[in-house]
Amino acid sequence: MINALHFPILSFITFFPLVGILFICFLKDEHHDLIRWVAFLTAVVSFVFSIPLYFHFDSNTWNMQFVEYIPWVKDFGISYHMGIDGISLFLILLTTFLSPLAILSTWTAVTKQVKGYMISLLFLEVGMLGVFCALDFFLFYVFWEVMLIPMYFIIGIWGGPRRIYAAVKFFIYTMSGSVLMLIAILFLYFRHYKETGEYTFNILTYHTLQLPANVQFWLFLAFFLAFAIKVPMFPFHTWLPDAHVEAPTAGSVILAGVLLKMGTYGFLRFSLPIFPQATLNAIPYIMALAVIGIVYGALVSIAQDDIKKLVAYSSVSHLGYCMLGMFALNMEGVKGSIIQMVNHGLSTGALFLIVGMLYERRHTRLIADYGGIMKVMPVFASIFLLVAFSSMGVPGLNGFIGELLILIGAFKANIWFASVATLGLVFGAVYLLWMYKRVMYGEITHKENKLLKDMTRREYAYLLPIVFFIIWIGLFPKPFLDKMTTSVEHLLQKVTDQKAQNTMTIEGQKIAALNLNYTLQNRALSGRE
Amino acid sequence: MEPMMPTINLSALYPEIIIALFALIVLLLQSFANISGKKYFGYISLVGIITAIFIVFFKPSPFDFKSVEYAFNGLWVVDNYCRFFKLIFLLGTGLTILISIKYVEDEGIQNGEYFALILFATLGMMIMASGTEMMTIFLGLELMSISLYALAGFTRTRMISNEAALKYFLLGSFATGFLLYGMALLYGATGTTSLNGISQFLAKTHLQSPMPILGMALLVIGFGFKIAAVPFHMWAPDVYQGAPSPITAFMSAGPKAAGFAAFVRVFVEALPALHGEWVVLIWVMAVLTMTVGNIIALVQDNIKRMLAYSSIAHAGYVLVAFLCAGEMGISSILYYMLAYTLMNIGAFAVITVLAGKGEEKVNIEDYNGLGYRHPVAAIAMSLFLFSLAGIPPTAGFMGKFYIFSAAIKQGYLGLAIIGVINSVVSVYYYLRVTIAMYMKEPAASGESPALIFSPACIIAILISAFGVLRMGIFPSDYIDIAKQSFLALL
Repeated sequence: MINALHFPILSFITFFPLVGILFICFLKDEHHDLIRWVAFLTAVVSFVFSIPLYFHFDSNTWNMQFVEYIPWVKDFGISYHMGIDGISLFLILLTTFLSPLAILSTWTAVTKQVKGYMISLLFLEVGMLGVFCALDFFLFYVFWEVMLIPMYFIIGIWGGPRRIYAAVKFFIYTMSGSVLMLIAILFLYFRHYKETGEYTFNILTYHTLQLPANVQFWLFLAFFLAFAIKVPMFPFHTWLPDAHVEAPTAGSVILAGVLLKMGTYGFLRFSLPIFPQATLNAIPYIMALAVIGIVYGALVSIAQDDIKKLVAYSSVSHLGYCMLGMFALNMEGVKGSIIQMVNHGLSTGALFLIVGMLYERRHTRLIADYGGIMKVMPVFASIFLLVAFSSMGVPGLNGFIGELLILIGAFKANIWFASVATLGLVFGAVYLLWMYKRVMYGEITHKENKLLKDMTRREYAYLLPIVFFIIWIGLFPKPFLDKMTTSVEHLLQKVTDQKAQNTMTIEGQKIAALNLNYTLQNRALSGRE
Repeated sequence: MEPMMPTINLSALYPEIIIALFALIVLLLQSFANISGKKYFGYISLVGIITAIFIVFFKPSPFDFKSVEYAFNGLWVVDNYCRFFKLIFLLGTGLTILISIKYVEDEGIQNGEYFALILFATLGMMIMASGTEMMTIFLGLELMSISLYALAGFTRTRMISNEAALKYFLLGSFATGFLLYGMALLYGATGTTSLNGISQFLAKTHLQSPMPILGMALLVIGFGFKIAAVPFHMWAPDVYQGAPSPITAFMSAGPKAAGFAAFVRVFVEALPALHGEWVVLIWVMAVLTMTVGNIIALVQDNIKRMLAYSSIAHAGYVLVAFLCAGEMGISSILYYMLAYTLMNIGAFAVITVLAGKGEEKVNIEDYNGLGYRHPVAAIAMSLFLFSLAGIPPTAGFMGKFYIFSAAIKQGYLGLAIIGVINSVVSVYYYLRVTIAMYMKEPAASGESPALIFSPACIIAILISAFGVLRMGIFPSDYIDIAKQSFLALL
């Protein structure tokens, strides 16, 4: 229970956007610029206050830090319990970092209902940060669900032509996964009560719960469904292309950058430590699904003629890497998985921003409508290339670090899955480079493209910070990786303990069987006498 | 020998007396009032409601203390259980009256009878909640029902309203017959109408005749009708659609809660011996009610009809809680009914205003673009709908959470899973309204008459919205009280 700052910093960061919302509520609809500025500055303040988290974070302990604890609904053992460890730290920083950039990107893209849009974006930030900070199951679930509402409106009101379909699909898909999770949470809750006589929703106490394997299986399945839909893993991914494509740029950035990570985060925070046995049993299946996702996502991306759809499907592929690394269940794999979550947030977020910039200029997302853009937008072209490289994992950029670690981990765990996953890297290069070639190189075939302007100052302002981190993580990832080591070790400890216990019981059973044999033989011998 | 006088203890009936008194005052004033004087009936009734709320809350002792009062030799009880329900009824009635004030003026039905009938219906509900004996409960139920039959047809120039009233009356009387028959059979089997007496008799004598079981089954039918549980729900959509909107709001909250109040008390207090039998019936009824209600609601275009089916589905959730008739189960019923009253009446308040004169705009398309024409109304409506759908941080979520916790605690895992899947289904039709409000363009004709929210109606919406958020974000107080109220049943 360490709060290094003596200040409820997590609550401050999480709920500060509400202050911005309150301000915006009092502004008139017509003052678009003012509303935008308030929203942007609010998000910036949240970001600025989240920076000390990094510097005051003690990487020598796996304990939760910056903890806040207030009983909330005493009768049920529900509490307002916030705290972070090395796993959630970067996801929070990623969220506070991407939110202001996303707001900045909509300056000219969204001109109707600006007020509602900014309120939704800020509200979304509250929900996302809450999910990563919550250490109480109930609180976690509240944030998890609350976040659906602003995202639903963002897609449904400001989205593309099929926005209503996409918004409803997103909402219902996500909710159907999460209600079963709620049942599983409640089941755990009463189970915990039966064993300890204490009603509590504290996630950390569940980590110490010993559950029989068959119970673990069902609960794991319920959680799996919720998180796999969110990630999204292969057969549950169909909502993603719809939502990503229809959402406005900022919506796609947040969706890809942060929302998808809530699924992978869920696996790390809940499934692995609470159900270690079920996790061990599930490894081959989840790795298989992850690999299918990697290859399938990449192949489908190749076939797309819409840039945004291409980027959307590439997320399926990239998140497959995250899942692969995580279920390799070794140091490299899990660390790679976490850093890859951040990487994906940065590079795919940047790709969506870039698509948004093209769309704002030409109002089309079809690859065929572009070509030769490099000639009119040279600076844009180089940044685009850098981001594409980062996304496909070129050495020296962030994507490489993540994918390398994940593949090392995966090779240690299972050489077959890892080999197939490596194939995915090649496909990744294919769809990105081919798309880049068709959009940027060659002659300008459409005369509308001749007049395109290069990047504006505002566009620099939201792309360059991302580029900065893409390069930094690529060249010097140590400060990022070090912070998470202890937490990941602790997480893996739980699973390896279970493994050791299993082998011990197997050994024990063998010995018992031998003993039995021995006594039977003795009896037989004595009977003969 | 002088016959012994029963202990009457009228003071236990003060809230009921107040309500009855105000109902009579309004009726009486009706004969003298001129047009301008008719405006005040609503406010007069409100005074009665608020006084009654205060009495219920503070008498015999402030609410959070455990206290029980009896009257009429134990035919009447004032315990925390019935006090909680009475607060729900009075709150529902108060909100209904606030919504009605402008409605009756617009529709030209500004009569004292309207408010008097509402007050009488409320009186009936309160009697149902306090009765510890079959006949008392039955009297309350009839008083409530007959007032409601008349109210459903109150806009008598509208055909659809007449239809609603007649259907409600015919089917309702039929169901009352079942109920009465069930009570008669139980009386025949046990020789008493007192709930305690029945319970003691059944506990002593092991079941020898099928009579009590038959009686119990008939009671399930009778109460099932009042709470609109499937398969006794057929009346609800037509009546909800045809009745004047404020009355629909009223019917979906108070009388439903009253039905549950009596249902639960009779079954938990009088028939624990038959627990094994009624659990099966209610299990089936709960599943059917949730599923049928939600699935049919998906295809409704009329918003009142849609909310009628949604209200059927909500009764299904409450039946789930009823099944787990332990501490958590009963207190979750109380909590849920309070939450439901707030969110449903809140939604109907917006519907009433939007429907306009003659209630012409009650289709979901009429909500197109409401988010831009009337942002505040649309936000309030969204809040109520998200609460009905059970999305946090609203009262509706907390209520569902409470109910499904109770179900899992009692081992009804399957039922809980069916319940949550149902609530996902329900999300679809609640979202339809938000889609219309925010994601569709307003109708091409362009002329959208300005909505006039009367101050009374705004107050009703504010109270509901505040309550929905308060109960969703800081539910502790309400849960405490609900738990206290459960203890009263023991």
